[in-house]
Amino acid sequence: MSLQSNRDHRFVVTRRSLLASAALLITTTGAGARVVTKVLPWRPNDAYPVKPVVPGGYLFFTAGEAAAVDAIVGRLIPTDELGPGARDAGVTTFIDRQLTGPYGGHDWLYMQGPFSEKPLPTQGLQSPLTPRQQYRLGLAALHGYCTASHGGRGFAELNPDEQDKLLTAMEKGEVSLPNFSAKMLFSAIYANTMEGYFADPIYGGNRDMAGWKLVGFPGVRYDFRDVIDKPNEAYTLPPVSLQGRPAWGGR
Amino acid sequence: MARRLPRKDVVVIGLGWTGSIVSLELARSGLDVVAIERGPWRDTATDFNIGTAADELRYAVRHDIFLRPKQETLTMRNNPSQTALPIRKWGSFLPGNGVGGAGVHWNGQTWRFLPDDFRIRSHMVERYGATILPEGNHIQDWPVTYAELEPYYDKFEYVAGISGKAGNIKGEIQSGGNPFEGARARDYPTPPMKQGYQQELFTKAANEMGLHPFPRPSGNISVAYTNPYGCSMAPCTYCGFCEWFGCANYSKASPQTCVLPALIRQPNFEARTECEVTKVNLSGDGKMATGVIYVDADGEEWEQPADLVLVCAYSLFNVRLLLLSGIGKPYDPAKDEGVVGRNYAYQTGSGSTGFFEDVKFNPFAAAGSLGVALDDYNSDNFDHAPHGFVGGASITCAHTNGRPIRYHPTPPGTPTWGSAWKKAVRDTYQRVANVGAQGSVMSYRQNYLDLDPTYKDPLGRPLLRMTFDYQDNERKMANWMAERCDEIAKAMGAKATQVNRLTGPWSVVPYQTTHNTGGAIIGSDPTTSALNRHLQSWDVSNVFVMGASAFPQNAGYNPTGTVGALTYWAIDAIQKYLKSPGPLVQP
Repeated sequence: MSLQSNRDHRFVVTRRSLLASAALLITTTGAGARVVTKVLPWRPNDAYPVKPVVPGGYLFFTAGEAAAVDAIVGRLIPTDELGPGARDAGVTTFIDRQLTGPYGGHDWLYMQGPFSEKPLPTQGLQSPLTPRQQYRLGLAALHGYCTASHGGRGFAELNPDEQDKLLTAMEKGEVSLPNFSAKMLFSAIYANTMEGYFADPIYGGNRDMAGWKLVGFPGVRYDFRDVIDKPNEAYTLPPVSLQGRPAWGGR
Repeated sequence: MARRLPRKDVVVIGLGWTGSIVSLELARSGLDVVAIERGPWRDTATDFNIGTAADELRYAVRHDIFLRPKQETLTMRNNPSQTALPIRKWGSFLPGNGVGGAGVHWNGQTWRFLPDDFRIRSHMVERYGATILPEGNHIQDWPVTYAELEPYYDKFEYVAGISGKAGNIKGEIQSGGNPFEGARARDYPTPPMKQGYQQELFTKAANEMGLHPFPRPSGNISVAYTNPYGCSMAPCTYCGFCEWFGCANYSKASPQTCVLPALIRQPNFEARTECEVTKVNLSGDGKMATGVIYVDADGEEWEQPADLVLVCAYSLFNVRLLLLSGIGKPYDPAKDEGVVGRNYAYQTGSGSTGFFEDVKFNPFAAAGSLGVALDDYNSDNFDHAPHGFVGGASITCAHTNGRPIRYHPTPPGTPTWGSAWKKAVRDTYQRVANVGAQGSVMSYRQNYLDLDPTYKDPLGRPLLRMTFDYQDNERKMANWMAERCDEIAKAMGAKATQVNRLTGPWSVVPYQTTHNTGGAIIGSDPTTSALNRHLQSWDVSNVFVMGASAFPQNAGYNPTGTVGALTYWAIDAIQKYLKSPGPLVQP
């Protein structure tokens, strides 16, 4: 699990609750509650950090899927004269690791049926398909469509113009993939690409803080009193991530 | 079968703002208090640690500290002819979870409602005649006046350390404050926040237009402060991680910063976390609560007997718990009878996005309550006769953050991806200012809450069902406000603007606001309100229900200031109740 633990889940005894229990006076109700009384249950230097993604290989994607995702995210945010795009910023790795965590299974969402066949647009997400299923089925459908209509070539083998044309059609729902909604696949990849390009690099994307440098977001400095004091002036310090920044060495 | 625990004087359901305040006040008066909270304990140092707090993906996108829909959600539809479906993923609003509740992740905007808001029905009819009221409305006067609540607003603001500039002290209008506000006894406890360059442009434009801008009251505080409970807060650093995040700096007013350090020292208080109250138990005749049933982290069921039951969960879940417990008659829209679930309301959002040239707004240097507002178009501060709608909006030029997953604006007509998009994102990030109108929503017969017939939570209990849509009155109001915002954005020097109107039915998908109100409202008549003016159940006199569920309709402001004031107001009533138990108001 590359993301945070399931510590909020009701029926999981967590590191937090064990620590809290150890640090606390426990009343003797016998109840399986976390009882807090008389002192605040925290200890110095205790925190709940996320586990940094270690790039290299894929935990969810097959080689073929990864190649297609690489190609797609590389068209959505291309590498150009303004700097690295999504592919070069590690967004495929970001998506891969997200899919192996609680997000990939919609673990925290309400996934009980019945699932309506005809939800109103105002009712939002109503599909039983988890992100993992969306990628697996959607990328297979995309591959089927591409090879059938482009002389045996998969998405990654199309030329950039062909890729852009197909992505545009998918975004608008103007292309039918075999047994999968082109729009659903596009939406999933699009949202995850934006996340991966602009999220903290600790999650595997936004390598070298490329997304933050593009817009000029200074990251997690957490103190901009100097900026507020100088309205309408350019901010010149480089960005900092949860793991610091390369010039600091170490991590 | 639930196992029975030793009785307590008071059981508090939910340990957010209202639960922590009532717990502290009642524990201090010597009562044995237990608070039962379904989420985990949360502390600033551990949960909002400065090394982990500034993580947009974790908190704002994946919703790490929020209520997980898997545990509880609600179903929604726009009108009773439709089939409600579960909100599987939060969008339009985002309920909190765990100790601190939504007080952990709010922006900190802390308003008082205007005197007219409390008698809106009478006031509008007196000034314009009954024909101004919209069709199907349930607009009700509050059973409490601004003047009655003023000392309690004051109390909450001083506990929360609110930074602001008074506009009206004891009837004297103060320069630089909000001249439309009700008279207050004294100024805010801390001075206003610093503002950004956008706010400078907004203030200048608004003044030139003859409007009355002022720094909005902020729970992200400007200077170090120690509140009357002895809890200390530190100055805000404008880090831009307020809404949807816990504050690592002890700068945002929250139960963690303002109440819990004092509460936990009360030896007669205990919190049980990761325990979900499933029901309030009633006596055989249904007239008294005998305690609550809850399920602990191991799935075991317990009965906690208590003399007084204080329902302090999030507004929507207060309503659900009353319905599940059989407290008060459920609202039936077909007959227009019953009270629990009646008068659900929300808010409108509209405005204008301005695109500027040659500016550096530095959107990342921000805070949840940073902003300059004006009230010229709120409540009945302007003549409604030409417009044919009820209500109004606070208009604000704010900047809460520049976090780039969710904030990377582009001008209208920009492609959604590719190199042209990338260039537009780069060029626009520093050059957007929004002028927004947060508008009131009136209450209507057809907007209500009840239990869903199909969908259940993991414990097998029906989910709450929300039936809600904006009505013509609100659309008219919000769209008129959008034009006012656009005038200001243009006067600020925007080269292009995009007017954001209220179109189409209400949708759960885009985030709008977590200002859900009503469903267990206070009133003077037990046939049209669940609670009397002291937030006491008309039907079960040892049950009090805190929170925005008490609002008869919603105003054009963030609700927390009024929620805090009502809590202290109710605590005074509870102290009276304790001396002489029984209904505090005879129906």
